[in-house]
Amino acid sequence: MSSLLEVEGLEAYYGRVKALHGVNFSIQEGGITTILGANGAGKTTTLRAISRMVRTAGSIRFGGSSIDALATEDVVRLGVAHAPEGRGTFTHLTVEENLRIGCWGRKSNAGVEADFKRVYGYFPVLRERSAQTAATLSGGEQQMLAVARALMLNPRLLLLDEPSLGLAPLIVKEIFRILRAANKDSGVSILLVEQNAALALDLADHVFLLETGRVVMEGPSEVLRKDDSIRKSYLGY
Amino acid sequence: MDIFLQQVVSGLASGSIYAALALALVMIYEATDVVNFAQGEMAMFATYICWSLLDAGMPYWGAFFATLAIAFVGGVLIERTIIRPVENAPILAIVIVTIGLLVIFNSVANWIYTGTQKPFPSPFPKEPIKFGEIVFGAHDLGQIGVTLVVLLCIFLFFRFTPLGLAMRAAAQNPVSSRLVGIRVGWMLALGWGLAALFGAVAGIMVAPNLFLDPNMMLGVQIYAFAAATLGGFTSPVGAVVGGLIVGVVENLVGTYVGFIGTELKFTVALALIIVVLVVKPSGLFGRSVVKRV
Repeated sequence: MSSLLEVEGLEAYYGRVKALHGVNFSIQEGGITTILGANGAGKTTTLRAISRMVRTAGSIRFGGSSIDALATEDVVRLGVAHAPEGRGTFTHLTVEENLRIGCWGRKSNAGVEADFKRVYGYFPVLRERSAQTAATLSGGEQQMLAVARALMLNPRLLLLDEPSLGLAPLIVKEIFRILRAANKDSGVSILLVEQNAALALDLADHVFLLETGRVVMEGPSEVLRKDDSIRKSYLGY
Repeated sequence: MDIFLQQVVSGLASGSIYAALALALVMIYEATDVVNFAQGEMAMFATYICWSLLDAGMPYWGAFFATLAIAFVGGVLIERTIIRPVENAPILAIVIVTIGLLVIFNSVANWIYTGTQKPFPSPFPKEPIKFGEIVFGAHDLGQIGVTLVVLLCIFLFFRFTPLGLAMRAAAQNPVSSRLVGIRVGWMLALGWGLAALFGAVAGIMVAPNLFLDPNMMLGVQIYAFAAATLGGFTSPVGAVVGGLIVGVVENLVGTYVGFIGTELKFTVALALIIVVLVVKPSGLFGRSVVKRV
């Protein structure tokens, strides 16, 4: 397996405030990686840095080439889909239009209909509501829509920002089951940011632990799950 | 009754002009929160370009469509070169830039074409069209028809094409739009282009009635503001309906309310703006915008 994404010495700034202090990590093609960390550790910022939504220093390489100088739109066109914090729903558009707009950055339109079938297969409720405006969806359905919209790019890398936030446990379970299925079906690599450490450790095969803007620990999830400090701080038993 | 019907149709004719210009205002407002005060002057300038093309011997419809194309490209260029550099400035700064544009277009038109009024041809027959006892101006009917066709085209474009969908998405949620790969800046520029195109239609259609001069669109723009306010600055449908209502009301009040006549008609538009802002600030079809501060 080769590295799909390599991040080296990544710093990120909001105005003059530094939010990341030299983050290093890389993720493997086809894998599911998760970044764990407390509030304010820089998890969301890391994803925003990869999507070129914040000012950064350091280097980010995707598929072997540098994306530091690209605009957000161009990173997306390389195959990086980002389901952002807050879900980024186009609330005035219908569910189907939300999915169509997800196709905008695709390299080719071949396979769009097959992908519609696939994501409607993952989320049957979205097919039922395809003609409704997205504003009428529940929180869980909007999160499903965010994942589905990201998948419509037919991405190489899927960035997910707290897909479990504010949702009922059953719905979260369903979404995580589908993330695993999508990873299996299309081989899409996933980088997941999550506060719910137990869930994230179950899904991911590799884990990075972020504390105040630095990676402080990393390893395969089955190893980190057994680590005492992780268990105490993040799993709570 | 006949007079009433004639006045309604004639009101719809001017209303369709207000609708086109109001739609141009609303499109830019929806996407950027900016009211483009230069919209009317851009339309006036496009009408002069059409006049030049006609003057050079081009056939009417050739000049018409060529002007729409020029207006579209011009609108895109204005956004890219003049609005883009200030796009992150406070709204008020951008609005003042558009007021600057208004002055520039007005002065340049005065400079190139002089301020003298020029007659502008209508593509429709001179003879009025009669339905039994009722007489309609052919240009009035043609004007309504042309505007409706343009509106229909734009509706189909926004509703059924991928580009139209991307423009709607970019106007509504720029951050998410970038995250699906939409070049939001270009979508805004296309919006300016389309708005300039509507303006050009309005200008070319209204010019035969008003005569062409650099101040031709100032009044029309006030009515368009009234139309957009009435319909709701956040609603394209509202802009069109508002335009038609303003046109008809203006005409009927001018005809039936003795003391207003043709002189005070203009006041009706201003009174309407004030009444709407007091009674229902979001307009008939607009949504009220809640902002966190």
